[in-house]
Amino acid sequence: MSAAARWPVWNEAVASSLLEPLLAVPGPLLPALHAVQGHFGYVPAEATQLLATTFNLSRAEVHGVITFYDFFRSEPPGMRIVRICQAEACQSMGSEALAAHAKARLGVDFHHTTADGAISLEPVYCLGNCACAPAILIDERLYGRVSPARFDALVLAEETP
Amino acid sequence: MITVYVPRDSAARSVGADEVAAAITHEAARRQLPLRLVRNGSWGMFWLEPLVEVATPAGRIAYGPVTVADVPGLFDAGFERGAPHPLRQGPTSEIGYLKNQERLTFARVGLTDPLSLDDYRANEGLAGLERALAMTPAAIVDALTTSGLRGRGGAAFPTGIKWRTVLNTESPQKYIVCNADEGDSGTFSDRMIMEDDPYTLIEGMTIAGIAVGATQGYIYLRFEYPDAWQTLNEAIARAYAAGVLGASVLGSGKRFDLEVRLGAGAYICGEETSLLESLEGKRGQIRFKPPLPAVQGLFGKPTVINNVISLATVPVIFARGAEYYRDFGMGRSRGTLPLQLTGNLARGGLVEKAFGLKLSELLYDFGGGSASGRPLRTVQVGGPLGAYLPSSLFDTLVDYEAFAAVGGMLGHGGVVAFDDRVNMAKMARYAFEFCALESCGKCTPCRIGSTRGVEVMDRLLAASNKTRELGLLNDLCDTMTHGSLCALGGLTPLPVQSAVKHFPEDFGLAAPAALAQSA
Repeated sequence: MSAAARWPVWNEAVASSLLEPLLAVPGPLLPALHAVQGHFGYVPAEATQLLATTFNLSRAEVHGVITFYDFFRSEPPGMRIVRICQAEACQSMGSEALAAHAKARLGVDFHHTTADGAISLEPVYCLGNCACAPAILIDERLYGRVSPARFDALVLAEETP
Repeated sequence: MITVYVPRDSAARSVGADEVAAAITHEAARRQLPLRLVRNGSWGMFWLEPLVEVATPAGRIAYGPVTVADVPGLFDAGFERGAPHPLRQGPTSEIGYLKNQERLTFARVGLTDPLSLDDYRANEGLAGLERALAMTPAAIVDALTTSGLRGRGGAAFPTGIKWRTVLNTESPQKYIVCNADEGDSGTFSDRMIMEDDPYTLIEGMTIAGIAVGATQGYIYLRFEYPDAWQTLNEAIARAYAAGVLGASVLGSGKRFDLEVRLGAGAYICGEETSLLESLEGKRGQIRFKPPLPAVQGLFGKPTVINNVISLATVPVIFARGAEYYRDFGMGRSRGTLPLQLTGNLARGGLVEKAFGLKLSELLYDFGGGSASGRPLRTVQVGGPLGAYLPSSLFDTLVDYEAFAAVGGMLGHGGVVAFDDRVNMAKMARYAFEFCALESCGKCTPCRIGSTRGVEVMDRLLAASNKTRELGLLNDLCDTMTHGSLCALGGLTPLPVQSAVKHFPEDFGLAAPAALAQSA
């Protein structure tokens, strides 16, 4: 299954309807970006103009905000996003070796998506699971005590739900 | 009817609590045993997770760590009556790790169903808010000052003084902002409060609003905590439905509204002025201070901005009295600190203790030494900006001033332990790398200094004559410490220089004496 099957293609009318409830909200830009990315999987280039017009901001301001925050993506992600914690507590329990294993296993580096569009691999800096290190997040599901073998089991299982 | 508890905390779920809960439900049905399954918070004994408890006439009996495969055997043994089994840990309240804590902020965590307001009320919940509603704003602020509570986010600034400034600043609109951008590695106490006892945070923020005259609160939560997002939103909805939040807090006629906002993966947004910028919908860049947020904060209005633990501690201070809280602790560190034992420790978890215990008690009596069985070589306390302390300093007392005296920082109470396989030069280099990655870019010492730091570190490690590079490193650290606008650039030298000072051999430096001469 391709990534496109999970995420809808850009549609300005749909995007506008997502932003509509935020017009009366103070400081709406982050909630708006979360709404757009939550629906489309990323923040398409076309969204910048729409966000600027909707909230009476310059395109430069909107672009500046999108690019400041690591979470917002300018390209569609894979079917699943796998985040491996690389912060100190997980390092103390072998997260660097886990990351190396994951990269070899998936054939991609951090910030990339596998060729079949199945998995995007990302580093993350602390998932608050430091007493069950090393930790990973698959989409919104947290896993702890992740050995390379457990990583394979989880990622393979997640690939074929 | 048997009552079984399986935590819903994301750390417990991360090691299989959901699957164990499902297996227990399935097995009970198969044996035609009527079951009441409670998804409680985690007690914070993570090496025992998933920790299953069963209610018996003798209290709650704990079994753990339980896997799906263990479940039929537990029923065979009669665990629903608290019967013996290899995984039996005894009565939960008698487990040494818990019994030897002083849980004030975390009093309900593990005990209750986090989303049950009935559970919350039955366990001292809302008592603090009811007391506060009967007090004048000035009296509330006085009581908080008397309690001695200092900001638990890391800066340890007296919370009462912050509140007083906001109270005394005239404005038609004021805000309460909760900093839930818990980005420090080795910390999860904020996450646990939000997932395992969310009403205490809601109650604390409401008391803050009543105290300073703010009607709107925001919780700024990091996206890395999806479970906390769900739980907080559900708890807020229930609090509105029960009249705890909204136009008339507990029927007092006083308004307090609360909303959760999601961050987007910027460590710097844990710094309070960056967080406010981000809440306003901007890049999370540092603001110059003054003006302080207490005077000109969110949208330019007076704003109380406190960490989750600070706000979650407010209810117990009002429920039991400021003096009660103040009488825990030592020196200027009053009350208790929820410490988080993480990294290479046999028994990682949440330990809330009055200030004044030794770091070594945490590492060995609670933590049980390393998970790997090898000697502990160093601990980093206070997150990625905290110092690396060698074993010769493990006698340091958990106290803000005692940590400062040995060149460390207690911060948010996170303790990350490393065994003797750690390469301290790599950790020092990582500190610069992390700073470069997360710098907001506003000030030069942090934006440029962090990248130069990685380069100097690489040259130092490769050099045969280290003196020149070491001099450069110390110069750079001096510039970052004194020239950065906020703690990110200002404290990055702390892990770097503590690593060089205490572990010179990892940098190819002969001995501490040689270092002192060249510095």
